[in-house]
Amino acid sequence: MEERALIPKLFRTEYRKIVAVLCYLSGIEHIEIAEDIVSDTFLAATELWSIKGLPENPTAWLYTVAKNKTKNYLKRNSFFEQKLSADIKYLTPKTEEIEIDLSNKNIADSQLAMIFTVCNPAISSEAQVALALNLLCGFGVQEIADAFLTNKEVIYKRINRAKEKLKEANIKIEQPTISEINNRLDSVLTTIYLLFSEGYYSTGRRPESQNTILRKDLCEEAMRLCYLLIENTSTNKPAVNALFALMSFHSSRFDARTNDDGETILYEEQDETRWNQELIELGTHFLNLASTGNIVSKYHLEAGIAYWHTQKQDSAEKWENILQLYNSLLILEYSPIAALNRTFALAKTNGKKEAIVEAEKLHLTDYHFYYSLLGNLYTEIDNKKALQHFQAALHLAHSSADKATISKNIERLLN
Amino acid sequence: MNEFLLVIHRDLTSADAKPSPEQMQAAIKPFQDWIGGIAAQNKLVTPPKRWDSDGRVVKENNTVTNGPYAEIKESIGGMLIIRANDYDEAVEIAKGCPILQWGAKVEVRMAIVTA
Repeated sequence: MEERALIPKLFRTEYRKIVAVLCYLSGIEHIEIAEDIVSDTFLAATELWSIKGLPENPTAWLYTVAKNKTKNYLKRNSFFEQKLSADIKYLTPKTEEIEIDLSNKNIADSQLAMIFTVCNPAISSEAQVALALNLLCGFGVQEIADAFLTNKEVIYKRINRAKEKLKEANIKIEQPTISEINNRLDSVLTTIYLLFSEGYYSTGRRPESQNTILRKDLCEEAMRLCYLLIENTSTNKPAVNALFALMSFHSSRFDARTNDDGETILYEEQDETRWNQELIELGTHFLNLASTGNIVSKYHLEAGIAYWHTQKQDSAEKWENILQLYNSLLILEYSPIAALNRTFALAKTNGKKEAIVEAEKLHLTDYHFYYSLLGNLYTEIDNKKALQHFQAALHLAHSSADKATISKNIERLLN
Repeated sequence: MNEFLLVIHRDLTSADAKPSPEQMQAAIKPFQDWIGGIAAQNKLVTPPKRWDSDGRVVKENNTVTNGPYAEIKESIGGMLIIRANDYDEAVEIAKGCPILQWGAKVEVRMAIVTA
């Protein structure tokens, strides 16, 4: 891989690991220093690699440089010598030289501790998500702003306020206790799911997010964070397994979802030989593991829906299951997208006419998906109405991919 | 938007109880679809619960009788709380209850907003 593409990729995967390890070592109060050191490391990599070419093992290079920068910082900073190294010496007894442990095990422990720190109830849930994307996933402020359809300043303030709050509350970065796990696992899972969704759904949705490799990395990172929770016995809960299953099923279609030009291919038109069977099997495995206990989370229901989507062949059983899962999902938690998808499933099981009656009750007039759905339902029943709905959808759609899909439907009706 | 209570009354205990167990079985999918449709409109306030048909009735002088009914044959089979603009809309939603066709009745009551 070229260094131009490699550095953003490494930034995505390694930045947060090194930050987590440094914060785990030094405490939340030194979070900005840890970030500065790691940013500085990446800056050095950008400068040096563009002149001298890539090192043999770029990740190891980053770790070594980050370690050295941390040690140098500690040596020359008297504040640190007095305050921090006292703490560290307490934590890591009898070492003259401070050990910065960038082993896989310590990275995993540090990240798990960081996830639960970031999802501390001392900060609001939206701040938790922003901070997690920033610290645990290496998202830049602009990217987070894009993901939340807001501006940079809002996110910048949100992240900094959250960091201040964590410092004020003097939150320790440590392995979560049982009660913390119960209280915070929901927000941890929400954060991971949002990260995955950002990677999975934004492909083609916005022109600046058409970098498929980068998006795939995001999905993989979300799955990796989720897997950290599975690997730890105290966080290995049914909902965690269900979320992992859900992400595996979705990921299995990643390569089939776009063509060579980066355009979205709709589910019906996907080449299922390009679906990744290994990921489907992985998803099935974890969905089975999720089926213990008596709590059905929204991840269970969504994983169930995603499972049935891995069966390409239409069958009465498939769509009946999908419909009932959407019914349950909506009872648990309303969302407009689930309402639209449920109505599509209803058309498959109970017929288009019944689905039209139900769709028209939804009044989701801000969504182009709503008009696309009505357009689809009216096609062959009342083509004139279908056309009107597709035109309304075209008017509301933003991305070129969505517009292209709707235009295709309009052309089909006109011919 | 106001909140409305939908109480489904049905005959649970008489010899020719309506709906029959077979009819209830047949109503499961339509019932789930009906509730799903209300939820899809974001008009479901609390999810429906299943209610045991055993029941007790407490009367004057702390008299307690078995059975889920007071004086009438029908008793509560299910209830849910929905959101609707007015009685017309709430009644329209209630009309979709699939158990009506087997003799159940749906009582619709608007919650009084406390000042």
